[in-house]
Amino acid sequence: MSGHEGFGDLRELYQEVIFDHNRQPRNFHSMADADHVAEGHNPLCGDQLTVYLKVADGVVQDVSFVGHGCAISTASASLMTEAVKGRPVEEVEALFRDFHALLTDVPPEGRDFGKLEVLAGVREFPARVKCATLAWHTLHNALEGGGTAKTE
Amino acid sequence: MNMNEVPAGAAVDLSAHAADFPILSRPVRGKRLAYLDNAATTQKPEVVIEAERRFYRESNANIHRGVHWLSQHATDLYEGARERVRSFLNAARVEEIVFTRGTTESINLVAQSWARNTLQPGDEILITAMEHHSNIVPWQFVCEQTGAVLKVVPINDAGELVLDAFDELLGPRTRLLAITEVSNALGTVNDVAPLIRRARAVGARVLVDGAQAVAHMPVDVRALGCDFYAFSGHKLYGPTGIGVLYARHELLQAMPPWQGGGSMIETVSFERSTFAPAPQRFEAGTPHIAGAVALATAIDYVLEIGLERIGAHEHALLARATAAVQALPGVRIIGTAAHKAGVLSLVVDGIHPHDLGTILDADGVAIRAGHHCAMPVMTRYGIPGTARASFALYNNDEDVDALVRAIRKAQDMFGGRR
Repeated sequence: MSGHEGFGDLRELYQEVIFDHNRQPRNFHSMADADHVAEGHNPLCGDQLTVYLKVADGVVQDVSFVGHGCAISTASASLMTEAVKGRPVEEVEALFRDFHALLTDVPPEGRDFGKLEVLAGVREFPARVKCATLAWHTLHNALEGGGTAKTE
Repeated sequence: MNMNEVPAGAAVDLSAHAADFPILSRPVRGKRLAYLDNAATTQKPEVVIEAERRFYRESNANIHRGVHWLSQHATDLYEGARERVRSFLNAARVEEIVFTRGTTESINLVAQSWARNTLQPGDEILITAMEHHSNIVPWQFVCEQTGAVLKVVPINDAGELVLDAFDELLGPRTRLLAITEVSNALGTVNDVAPLIRRARAVGARVLVDGAQAVAHMPVDVRALGCDFYAFSGHKLYGPTGIGVLYARHELLQAMPPWQGGGSMIETVSFERSTFAPAPQRFEAGTPHIAGAVALATAIDYVLEIGLERIGAHEHALLARATAAVQALPGVRIIGTAAHKAGVLSLVVDGIHPHDLGTILDADGVAIRAGHHCAMPVMTRYGIPGTARASFALYNNDEDVDALVRAIRKAQDMFGGRR
């Protein structure tokens, strides 16, 4: 096996950005003074994470996560924290809806997903969509007031 | 590795039989399919597919109720299948064979009909740390319903039962030992016969979960001496939705029905109903008639090849895969018992089992990634899951080599270039 050859569609799924965020997840710590917390769990995979948020004036001031999972779920959680930090809650929820559509449905026109675009390859691997969306479901639950999110 | 069924060095050539399985010739993701998820379900040979098709084309009618010819014909086929299962398990009587949806339903039947009506508060159910969820959760229900207590025989690092602990846990309050013959997650083969003897000696009943055993080794319920034996058709090259419970005659005759409906009654009035004798008493509603008929064909198919030969062939594949995988850095085999069936569970440093499963799949290598419905086993090893390759009679060296190649590719992808 020489270098990048022979990976085909897999390279669409496992882009370098994903490896990078899997190896060194950003905002990967617990947050003692978080005002929103939720846990996410994928019973089929065993993926588990906790999302912490600080929200003030309707804006996500800070966000972090801890947990364990596959490369897709870890990278997605890491990328998510970067994408939502500093954004108004309403925008975050809209981004979640659009991101979900990007992975499962008709991608919304004209939306710039920035780095999140690297997860679009998950579309071709339906069994892995739940991995990529677990962190987002958990974030959504945290904003809605806590509880456990499940994807399966 | 215990290879005592095979003369040393005698390779078993089953290569001609791969052609019996139509699905194996279809490409997956544009690649040759290496189907290594046999512990989840096996593929079906043409004769089994044809048996089910033929039943619907030529023999379909409901059973045990029609005076018309087809109904009698279908009944004969269904009851003939029951007799083939009896012979396959070497049960003493055909009335000891109950058709169910699968191993899970068989175990639930014993739990709800026998255990729920027999166990008293403080009675103990002994299981092992390597059980599938289907041999854990039904007993938890029974414990909740009766006040019985669940006890668990631990396993060692190799994935073998700790027999000293077994002897300590088995006691005068033990009313049931429920144990798997082969672990689906680890591949461990339990030598259940002596454990059954010890359990019977203290007055306990014994249920053996044979889901992972029947396709890989001959089973003789009378030689084992167990009270109950459960297995699924679909792991034995048969259809999904059909399974078997063997139960010793005197026990089964005394057990109350657990599901009510048609076929299981003798007489019904609004005041009271009386019930058919076993096994009909436990087969309420129209059963999976075509499934039972096709299961009998699957049994004929494996017996014709020979279960000893199938087991020897799978052992050879396991040995080849084990050696190749052990040579890879960063790969750890989970389940290294001295006596294993064709199951290779592994974890790779830095690669989550699900990522590994996806990367293997892209090369047409189908394995199972996850906890294999044995979460307590994963907890025991402190891992979220494993990647599991499991072998069947139609697998070959090429499948093993594809597996090993794909693992190396995954390591290449995850390991090096940034």
